[in-house]
Amino acid sequence: MSTDKEGSVDVAESGSWRGRPRDWRRTRLHIVSGKGGSGKTTVSAALAIALATGGRKVLLVEVEERQSISEVLDVPPLAYEERHLVTVSGGEVVGLAVDPHDALMEYLALYYKVPRRAGGTLERMGAIDFATTVAPGLRDVLLTGKVYEATRRRAKDQFVYDAVVVDAPPTGRVARFLGVTTDVASLARIGPIHRQAQSIARLMRSPLTAVHLVALLEEMPAQETIEAAEALRAASLRVGATIINMVRPPLLRPAELSAARSGQLGREAISADLASVGMRDATAVDLLIDEATAYAERVALQRRARRMLRDIGQPTYELPLRGGVDVADVYELARSLREQASL
Amino acid sequence: MTAPSRVTTTAPYLEMDRLLADPVTRTILCCGSGGVGKTTTAAALALRAAEQGRTVCVLTIDPARRLAQSLGLDELDNTPRAVSGVDTSGGGRLDAMMLDMKSTFDDLVLTHTDGARAREILGNPFYQSLSSSFAGTQEYMAMEKLGQLRSTGTWDLIVVDTPPSRSALDFLDAPHRLGSFLDGRFIRLISAPTRVGGRAYLKVMNAGMSMVASTVSKVLGAALLGDIQAFIAAMETMFGGFRERADRTYQQLKDAETAFVVVATPERDALREASFFVDRLSNDKMPLAGLVLNRVHVRREGSLAADHALRLADEVERLAGAEEPTTEQAHPATPEADRTTRQLTANLLRLHATGVQVAERERRQLTRFTAMHPDVAVASAPALAGDVHDLAGLREVAAALATR
Repeated sequence: MSTDKEGSVDVAESGSWRGRPRDWRRTRLHIVSGKGGSGKTTVSAALAIALATGGRKVLLVEVEERQSISEVLDVPPLAYEERHLVTVSGGEVVGLAVDPHDALMEYLALYYKVPRRAGGTLERMGAIDFATTVAPGLRDVLLTGKVYEATRRRAKDQFVYDAVVVDAPPTGRVARFLGVTTDVASLARIGPIHRQAQSIARLMRSPLTAVHLVALLEEMPAQETIEAAEALRAASLRVGATIINMVRPPLLRPAELSAARSGQLGREAISADLASVGMRDATAVDLLIDEATAYAERVALQRRARRMLRDIGQPTYELPLRGGVDVADVYELARSLREQASL
Repeated sequence: MTAPSRVTTTAPYLEMDRLLADPVTRTILCCGSGGVGKTTTAAALALRAAEQGRTVCVLTIDPARRLAQSLGLDELDNTPRAVSGVDTSGGGRLDAMMLDMKSTFDDLVLTHTDGARAREILGNPFYQSLSSSFAGTQEYMAMEKLGQLRSTGTWDLIVVDTPPSRSALDFLDAPHRLGSFLDGRFIRLISAPTRVGGRAYLKVMNAGMSMVASTVSKVLGAALLGDIQAFIAAMETMFGGFRERADRTYQQLKDAETAFVVVATPERDALREASFFVDRLSNDKMPLAGLVLNRVHVRREGSLAADHALRLADEVERLAGAEEPTTEQAHPATPEADRTTRQLTANLLRLHATGVQVAERERRQLTRFTAMHPDVAVASAPALAGDVHDLAGLREVAAALATR
């Protein structure tokens, strides 16, 4: 799977990413996934801002009808309409919430010239629900289809968007979300949906697309990230960066950590230090030592999770834990991503 | 700092052992958003109930690999099997199974149709797609499987882990959606040509509807439409309606034998999702037992206030900085080593402060939840260093949940 259908080299598989981080420049479609609770929406927003900085125009897409982007960026709810979200040093982030109902109506109007009143009839008949809620993969085709259209849209021979960032479904469902087009293509063996699904699949599998995985330094999320990377690769989708989110700055130095793990923190010296600032409670010392031991244990587990994540073999970026995540934090994360990924 | 502690105690305690021991409770459903520990909670509660003497089955949906192994779920065969290593001295038992939605759907077809019909359905491409990748099928099949397990009467308690949906509400809504679709007007419309009396049905359609029909066949393509029609025709005789079936199972969830446990972590998003779910259960008059709060960081007894600890850290550090290595000292000990311990002590105090801050933030989140839902009982389990993947870990979690 080192080449795609058009014969060009799939850069993610060529093993030369580390030396050429600026190759993200060639990526036009950034899909961001991650385990639930890993902060993928925040990372998506930060990535869009990072990509837009310096004069590029970026589309940030929400596909799960949750309005999380609006919350993260503190902007009015996104709609099925591309709207300006933020300006960043000459660049712009535009927001879009893809809703399967509206995407279907647009699709029907575009390809079948279905007039509005027929749309209403379709709605009443439950056809829209059929297509958007329960039809096998059709919903995902509609969602990814809109992303496909926006990614390739041109005006005057130029792409309208320099990059598109999608806040995608969580890791458990992302391979199916992106690869569902294959299911649909095999189900609808011929016909327009089949063709549409195939075109989408080609874009998703091209070197223009990368699926970034947001991870946490915990055992189970790290394991899930690895499994997601495997699933994506098995579906011939290109795994992008591994973005480790909510990394806590180290509170103890390496020597202190190893002393804590081996039970060799100097109880008496700590006790004396505490006494020197008027803290003579013996239980406090025990508490501090207990906490340090538990902390050192956690740090060791985090280190193991980090090693596991690096083994995915993609560029790894780390973003610090923020207290609350307000808009300023998102810009701060964007700056950090720009530095680490040389965007 | 006294305010949050007072508010927290206003949340009633979820009497976990009473819930697990109550013979009236036959089904416990663990619901919540993704990543909050639903599977672990379900397994832990099931194990505790079994070791306290009940005959329990835990139905898991998508357990992490190592946890699945410790429950003996190496193979996905859709049949509950005894979990080894469970203390059965109290006369109880624990069986576990992992939901295989495709084979549950296949079984459904097989039990309700004769051989030829079943083969026709199972081989239909539309059915194959529906049964393995439909949004909502997993939820439908989880409910279906629960109904089946209940009806056998083999277990006196069934604990259910719900599918990892986008939203906790999907578990309640998806089955009905799938049922409505399969029983809906639309599917009847597109399957009309193959039905007896289909012509008559077509005749009553107005112009708008026939345009719909022709659009549908243009969009879907004749082959897919044919598959759908064949599927519907074959399924038609099978049930008294999918929707009816889904609705019946849904109704069962309202009975007194059922207890919903909403699972969350003390974080904003997870608690917001829990809040939606609690409201929904209340609107639908479904029996909520309470909230299980996982991975809680608590302030330990004797802990300092965060700002106090930080102030002490600064002071200790100042003392370390004041002692220049060249300064003459009463004790000719190694000043360098002293400074290193002072730095360590300062770091320990800051680590302590961080822990206290996390605990306080979590308590504020729970306070908000409790303010909105003062009657919802809460049980909590502390954050552990690593993940739970064996029976000992599950016992520990369950014991914490059963402790006030």
